[in-house]
Amino acid sequence: MNQPKGIWKVIGASSLGTLIEWYDFYIFGSLATVLAGQFFPKSNPTAALLSTLATFAAGFLVRPFGALVFGRLGDIIGRKHTFLLTLVIMGGATFAIGLVPSFDSIGFAAPIIVLLLRLAQGLALGGEYGGAATYVAEHAPDHKRGFYTSWIQTTATLGLFVSLGVILFTRHALDINQAKSIAKFNEWGWRIPFLVSILLVIVSVYIRLKMKESPLFQEIKDSGNVSVNPLKESFGHKTNLKMVLLALFGATMGQGVVWYTGQFYAQSFIENVCKIEFDQSRTIIIWAILFATPFFVVFGSWSDKIGRKWIMLGGMLLAIVTYQPLFKGLLNLSDVTRQIQLEDLKQIKKTTSLVPGTQDTLRSVTHQYFYATGAIQTVTVKDTVYANAARVTLKPEIKTFTQLGSAEYWKMVGLVFIMILYVTMVYGPIAAFLVELFPTKIRYTSMSLPYHIGNGVFGGLTPFIATLLTTINTSDKLAGLQYPIIIAAICFVIGALYIQQGVHKTSTQKK
Amino acid sequence: MNAIKKYAGIVWMLLGPLAMYYLIKTAAAEIARKPMLDTWIQWGVFTTVALPIAIGMVLFGYYALQGEYDHLPEESDDQLIH
Repeated sequence: MNQPKGIWKVIGASSLGTLIEWYDFYIFGSLATVLAGQFFPKSNPTAALLSTLATFAAGFLVRPFGALVFGRLGDIIGRKHTFLLTLVIMGGATFAIGLVPSFDSIGFAAPIIVLLLRLAQGLALGGEYGGAATYVAEHAPDHKRGFYTSWIQTTATLGLFVSLGVILFTRHALDINQAKSIAKFNEWGWRIPFLVSILLVIVSVYIRLKMKESPLFQEIKDSGNVSVNPLKESFGHKTNLKMVLLALFGATMGQGVVWYTGQFYAQSFIENVCKIEFDQSRTIIIWAILFATPFFVVFGSWSDKIGRKWIMLGGMLLAIVTYQPLFKGLLNLSDVTRQIQLEDLKQIKKTTSLVPGTQDTLRSVTHQYFYATGAIQTVTVKDTVYANAARVTLKPEIKTFTQLGSAEYWKMVGLVFIMILYVTMVYGPIAAFLVELFPTKIRYTSMSLPYHIGNGVFGGLTPFIATLLTTINTSDKLAGLQYPIIIAAICFVIGALYIQQGVHKTSTQKK
Repeated sequence: MNAIKKYAGIVWMLLGPLAMYYLIKTAAAEIARKPMLDTWIQWGVFTTVALPIAIGMVLFGYYALQGEYDHLPEESDDQLIH
């Protein structure tokens, strides 16, 4: 399909659906803390949060299975019907999460249902991307494949952008009083981002239903050359398996960790290590994404001219070399001890309230410190004063967060922008790269698995492993970066040694 | 260049078991530190998922050592399995 109008319809239909799938997948992760309160026993908040994070990881871990299940289907029955199916499963699961009663209402059935729905989301996502990328690539001319498929590549980042935007908007739109609005959001408003997904899915399914099957798949179907056993042909024969392994260890493994470090670990680091307040830690990511997203298309298009290899590996190398100073920069910008404190403006607010059903008192002392940069640091100390004087007061709970001044805020946006720029380098050309590695009849299966192992397993576990490394090595706040740097470095060496330079020729065009 | 590709294969073959050893060692330490069901499940899942990936790395190294990556196909359909 060389008519420009036709290809843009194909890109539009594919990208919209994929964007919605990413949106669906991300809102769960973005609302992990709220969901923990709703679906897991409140008696142990840490366990509840860990359970949700484990569910999040489970969502990623089932992605490779989704790649196998739907990849196989896509190579047997066709791209169009398969990625329609994944969209319906994803939309249905997301909508259903918005309807599940809380733990308080139905007990342990609630977390079990949520876990199952989350697994369905992961499975669907595993099948979606490969289908959309293959579908667009099989419509695109050889010399513009990087450019056209790069539009699909923007959807993952835009999905995160939309999910953060919808969450922030809903959180502040439920009441004129912001505190009440946030309370309502935590109580029931969190369901809205899940429920609105169904409207987006209906629109996208309608558009996709009107699309035709990929011309290349149609051609092999008409000639009776459809693969009988795509899994066996993809992974049971050395000629193809070696390319799957090369795609994983020489490209997607490093791309996955760079992606998740730039977009997810950066956000977690800003919120939990730099202690930046909730809204700012999210709007920093939103701005950085907004500024960086066009570069997916820039690098995708550039890869048509100079080849995919060195753009992707260049992004990895830059990440390896600069992650330490970039994250150190985030720490420095949030460090109020480096700023001049305005002593006169310091505020202390004390409140006390009775613990329901007892004579004990809940005491809360909030200190607010103001700085010349415009930053405001809030430290809240909460403890319980027992009516029985003989009972020892437990260790107080201390919460600290900082609201950055304007200059520091935008500098932080700049640092995250650089990290997401690396994401655009490694991720922009990768759909074209993967599509070009594999033959049409087993392309969906072959490209989906290394993509989802690289992104789902290596990438998806980045925040968890990085946080774990930080807890093991408590003296070094940047210890978590060891994981993405080591993985990206191994991937860089493998990619540099074994991947061919130049634009790989393919047979994705009708001959 | 092809010689480097081949000999590097030995490194990749060793990397698979080395990564698994490190993972199992970390898993054991974490489970000992927090002997809870949550910890068992988490590390059990990680180890189960990492095992086929580590085998894949060994296989990748083996293919590299055999010279399978010396000449890659020019076109994606060159490698079609007939």
